[in-house]
Amino acid sequence: MSLIDRLLNIPRFVIFILIGLAVFIPLLFKFLLPLKVLKPVKDVYDFIESLPEGTPVILSFDYSPDVLPECYPMSLVLAKHLARKKLRIYIMTLYPAGAGFALDVYNKILKEFNLVERKDIVFVGYFPSIAATILGIGEDIKNVFKSDYFGVPFDEIEAFKGVKNYEDIKLIITISGAAIPESWMVYANGRYNANVAAGVTAVMAAQLYPYYRSRQFIGLIGGMRGAAEYEKLLAAHNLATKGMNSISLANFVMVLLVILGNISYFLKRRRRK
Amino acid sequence: MSLDPWVWISAFLTLAIFSFLFKDNPVYKFAEHLFVGVSAGYYASIYWHNAILRFIVKPLSEKFSIFYYKIIWPEAFVNISTVSAFFSFIMYLVPLSFGLLFFSLLFPRYSWLIRYPIAFLMGIGSGLSLYPTFKARIFDQVKDTFLPQFSQTVYFLNSLIIFIGTFTVLSYFFFSKEHKGPLKAFAKVGIIFIMIGFGAAFGYTVMARISLLIGRIYFLIHDFIHLI
Repeated sequence: MSLIDRLLNIPRFVIFILIGLAVFIPLLFKFLLPLKVLKPVKDVYDFIESLPEGTPVILSFDYSPDVLPECYPMSLVLAKHLARKKLRIYIMTLYPAGAGFALDVYNKILKEFNLVERKDIVFVGYFPSIAATILGIGEDIKNVFKSDYFGVPFDEIEAFKGVKNYEDIKLIITISGAAIPESWMVYANGRYNANVAAGVTAVMAAQLYPYYRSRQFIGLIGGMRGAAEYEKLLAAHNLATKGMNSISLANFVMVLLVILGNISYFLKRRRRK
Repeated sequence: MSLDPWVWISAFLTLAIFSFLFKDNPVYKFAEHLFVGVSAGYYASIYWHNAILRFIVKPLSEKFSIFYYKIIWPEAFVNISTVSAFFSFIMYLVPLSFGLLFFSLLFPRYSWLIRYPIAFLMGIGSGLSLYPTFKARIFDQVKDTFLPQFSQTVYFLNSLIIFIGTFTVLSYFFFSKEHKGPLKAFAKVGIIFIMIGFGAAFGYTVMARISLLIGRIYFLIHDFIHLI
């Protein structure tokens, strides 16, 4: 078998091992490859920076465990930024499996930043109907957030004082691996002109960029790369930053394999002629 | 190495799923079936606690208790009249009864009743989403495509590329006229834009899948064997 034939018939498991190693090896080292922060991510950061202390902000965890490696790092870094800026954080989820992650981030932020429960941060839990919930918040949050996740009634929650609807809630950040950011964009921005930022998986990012360009999203954080860019902005290097080295090497291996495969294919075709 | 049994279970299941990369095997099948079962149970529990219990059972029982006490002991709950207690109970009972009609599908003789909640949902869904969907997905997008941004040269160039891309891709999907002459040229340019779009989407998808692999490998070497 010639070299060209061998290249065209690389066993599948060899490719899996190569990709596995390309992901595994960079995780062992602490070096950081240079990373440029792109405008869609910077816009989210700048918008949060521009908000005065105590401004109500919704952070919605609209994802399930299958997209955890992409969505969790951005959830954590965004929550840290909101807490660092001392904004009033309303944590919620429109995805049933998102409640667990939301609660996890809620507890972490509460402890790390010494926040006061139901004053600086409130976890309102999961809401089953996406459109009804988003539109309901646009009318009066009292009709939607009747109590927090732990059953404390609306009137006893200090974080809700003086807040009625999107006119008071200056930013909505939705983190998702599905189409929920589009629902926030259609209902909250389309109907109430609310400011919506989205943190989405890389698969979803390409689909949502047109809405960022038209300013229907004030900013967009796409995939692990977006999360790594945000970690860089906040100087809080975590899993996303570590993962970027692996992504770069794995992409390099894949591009190399594609080039080798194409060269071999064309050489074989020419030889046949 | 971790001493937490849950981390061991998690690591075993991760490796069991990865074993499929070699070939299909009973360990993989076990992990797959376990995942399906656990997911179904987990979602049922989430819906029960976060939706049914929270939005139906608790408020309904609360409203019913108030109404019931008002009947047997009219002096109770001085701020609430018996009529308002009755209506606030009914406000929950009527939508619940309407929703329960979905289960009529289980009884062939009464399955026609399902049309009412479906019709209601379709009506309310269309009514709620018609205006915002048109505005967000069509009007705002068309406006952004056809109104170039002149603030910087690079933004103007971007607007120009987007305009050409939109126009030529639409030409490619215009089938009312045979693709000949200028239309053929536009369609050819449109294909290039479509391919670039597919390429970008594919690149992002690859990055997303690698991210998932990173998540699992990081778990194995960080949480399980404490290598880093």
